Amino acid sequence: MSTDTQATSRHVPTQQRPSVVIRFCGDSGDGMQLTGGQFTNTSALFGNDVATFPDFPAEIRAPRGTTFGVSGFQLQFASTEIFTPGDSVHALVAMNPAGLKTNIADVEPGGIVIVNEDEFDKVNLKKCGYTDGYNPLDDDEFNRRYRLYRVPMSRLTRESLASTGIGVKDVDRCRNMYALGLVYWLFERPLDATVNYLTDYFTKEKGKPEIADLNVRALRAGFNFGETAEICTETYQVAPAKLRKGRYRRISGNEATALGLVVAAKKAGKRLIYSGYPITPASELLHHLSRLKQYGVRTFQAEDEIAAICAAIGASFAGDLSVTGTSGPGMALKSEAMNLAVMLELPLVIVDVQRAGPSTGMPTKTEQADLLHAVLGRPSESSVIVLAAQSPADCFDTVIEACRLAVRCMCPVIFLSDGYIANGAEPWSVPGLDSIAPIPVQHMTENNNPVEGGPVLPYKRDPATLARPWIIPGTPGLEHRVGGIEKQDVTGNISYDPDNHDHMTRTRWLKVQKAADAIPPLKVRGPESGDVLLLGWGGTYGAITTAGDELRKAGHSVATAHLRHLCPFPKNLGEVLHNYRSVIIPEINLGQLRLLIRAQFLIDAIGINQVSGRMFRVEDLVKKTLEIMKQ
Amino acid sequence: MSAVTSLPTYAPKDFASDQEVRWCPGCGDYAILKAVQKALSGLRTKKEDYVFVSGIGCAARFPYYMNTYGLHSIHGRAPAFATGIKLANPSLDVWLVSGDGDLLSIGGNHTMHLFRRNVDINVILLNNRIYGLTKGQYSPTSEFGKKTKSTPIGSLDYPINPLMLALGCGCTFVARTIDIDLKHQEQMMLRAATHRGTTLTEVYQDCNIFNHQSWFYASQKDSRPDNTVMLEHGKPLIFGKAGDKGIRLNGTHLEVVALGNGVKPDDLLIHDETNLAIAFALAQMNHPEFPEALGVLYCDPSKRPYDELVKEQIDQAIAKRGEGDLVALLNEGDTWTVDN
Repeated sequence: MSTDTQATSRHVPTQQRPSVVIRFCGDSGDGMQLTGGQFTNTSALFGNDVATFPDFPAEIRAPRGTTFGVSGFQLQFASTEIFTPGDSVHALVAMNPAGLKTNIADVEPGGIVIVNEDEFDKVNLKKCGYTDGYNPLDDDEFNRRYRLYRVPMSRLTRESLASTGIGVKDVDRCRNMYALGLVYWLFERPLDATVNYLTDYFTKEKGKPEIADLNVRALRAGFNFGETAEICTETYQVAPAKLRKGRYRRISGNEATALGLVVAAKKAGKRLIYSGYPITPASELLHHLSRLKQYGVRTFQAEDEIAAICAAIGASFAGDLSVTGTSGPGMALKSEAMNLAVMLELPLVIVDVQRAGPSTGMPTKTEQADLLHAVLGRPSESSVIVLAAQSPADCFDTVIEACRLAVRCMCPVIFLSDGYIANGAEPWSVPGLDSIAPIPVQHMTENNNPVEGGPVLPYKRDPATLARPWIIPGTPGLEHRVGGIEKQDVTGNISYDPDNHDHMTRTRWLKVQKAADAIPPLKVRGPESGDVLLLGWGGTYGAITTAGDELRKAGHSVATAHLRHLCPFPKNLGEVLHNYRSVIIPEINLGQLRLLIRAQFLIDAIGINQVSGRMFRVEDLVKKTLEIMKQ
Repeated sequence: MSAVTSLPTYAPKDFASDQEVRWCPGCGDYAILKAVQKALSGLRTKKEDYVFVSGIGCAARFPYYMNTYGLHSIHGRAPAFATGIKLANPSLDVWLVSGDGDLLSIGGNHTMHLFRRNVDINVILLNNRIYGLTKGQYSPTSEFGKKTKSTPIGSLDYPINPLMLALGCGCTFVARTIDIDLKHQEQMMLRAATHRGTTLTEVYQDCNIFNHQSWFYASQKDSRPDNTVMLEHGKPLIFGKAGDKGIRLNGTHLEVVALGNGVKPDDLLIHDETNLAIAFALAQMNHPEFPEALGVLYCDPSKRPYDELVKEQIDQAIAKRGEGDLVALLNEGDTWTVDN
């Protein structure tokens, strides 16, 4: 498919690798996210399995050259199935000293380090805290530890683009493409996909064909530099992975969530309304959905988080499939409205893309510490269904499941995602629309009162699910009022009767518990009984699954299981837990699922906990699991 | 036009629900409920197409007493719920009834944005200048120095003027009426009902338990003529028991003048409800310096409602790009096939 790489003959030997982890880093204005995204796309199209981890600061443009302004993009590409963007970095591309300084600790000994040498001047070194004339590039110890490639990228980019006559400002912006070209050469990747992207983006979208040309030239110049300068002694190949048959695309968690919502609405025969307020890392949902108007999708950027959920509830009352999305600070603000939705017994999906908190916390860093808030964090007895997605692509299936349960049970469903999977990407086997089950929705149109001429009974429940009918305004003869005041079951009239309140409280709880009738049993990867079950939920899936696989390979009796349904739990969870001598629960929090498991099943589950704003390293999980097993 | 003949005709009682009204005896809310039911019976909208939305407070119980669809929501957020309803189904006729504390204090932000967006919703603000349901604390419309349970030696808050707020936010219909005048209320409701866009109708409402007589200067037979002026589009502003006083524009200011002695009705301000500057000036006429304006202060039918624009954007997107193809959407961007 590629003509760009094969045209040249290689002068250096090629080494085969099962997988490689690359990280690009530089200033937040250096285009590292684009560069990493392009490498990912190219590798996915090449047939590798890929997993990505974009890591950027909350500041849009922090002062140049500072450590807090460093933006990074890590990806793993492999010839086998992988679940994480990798622990140790095999190849680091650092566009400046600050990038090198903040990322070098993650590079494996003997790893490749490619730097833009031109940026390592006195001023930049000092800006990031290298003082007294120290330059890591000249450090013998550093040179012994890593395979360092010093490339004067700024100068070479300018030289190779000088003939275009375009100003130096635009030329300097192409350094990232120069670096990408060089890395493409090093890993024997074709250039086509990126060339097409640059042409499309700058020519069609921005109307600047000259900038497209400039970037493509820089990309090729970087590639050719690798070919001719022979600064590297070998190149690396990662063969395509054997993925399951199908058509694939790369997808991030936020994209998958947005697509899942559109598909769910279609499957329910409903119009989708998404109501949100800008917040990192959930804003992308609003962006993705707002461009899908031709699908009938309505988006509403409300005046605040509270209005966003209230408008969604209003739309649900009027008969739309209604969704609001946010992150931790917004979840706190939405609590009272969630409680109203619990009382109104209307379908509503609340997307929480979790981030490191509390309060503003670290908006661009990941965490899974909203679990207890989702399950329990509202005043009074307030039961809702809680689901969590485990990977970027899994957001698609899980958010459809959230919509299905919301409609089936007539209650709010909280869908937990997190910054790690929302921004991360992986190949996604695009499902056929027919493979997704319809979501049955019924709107009552006839008075359900058995007494002739009696009033409509908006809280007369389906005995199987305990769901009340979804009656929408505009339906003649079924006019009724709903509200947050406690109401009599069946009639929906205001009631302060003590027994009725007790009955309604238990009914709302039982209705959520009954959702378990419609959810699949928990599956285990590995032995069905044994020494250890590593139990997880949410974005830790990749790390836990990989750690489990490695532990089994090393001969240990370890299984893994990942919960999609967190309230209610799958019906077989208790049984699964009792099949193992120990249950270990790794979480990016201080033990929230562990608390729920211990409370509900009286099992002495052990936690592996980390709250650093980052995902677990597989290596750490393996090590800690072994330590626990030794005790 | 068979559609017209099939439209229903209603009596006011058709809009009364089967629920017992639980406001205090003598509360001004009763009269407002009656006026709204009367007004709706004069319109030809189907009963099932009305939705009454409210927040929290005495006034917010309103939807329970209307035999229409109703949503009694949470404190201050009624404008957001109403907006969501209208976004989902713009053909519904959405009315929002709540009090001064709900709409101007805890819900001030949402009220402001409802006005700004010009969603086609009719807001009835039951203003009694007190918190009733929580038993008598001062509200954002209470006068400065008000002594209440939470301000035993007087409040230090300056009151907000709801009409000024609405005009400042771009609300396209702003009116004021008073609970004891059923006929005028009904007129205002009918005007509001036919306006496309957000309407605010402030109703001076007497809380006879916690703030009785607060509006007596404007509501009683003997005091009302001198303390209020009825606005009519194209008519001069004349008031007073004998119809002998008027409002005149003097430079950039309004002033009260006595008719006669060379001052003729033609010299007075002629009400123009399309003039925003005049509306601002009228909204600032406060007792006791001025008679307070009752009627439609401002009406701008030219600004298109938000819900209509939202629908139009969607229709245009479909017209331009065709009805969205889900299969194409799922396969968007670079894809590759694995065959093994």
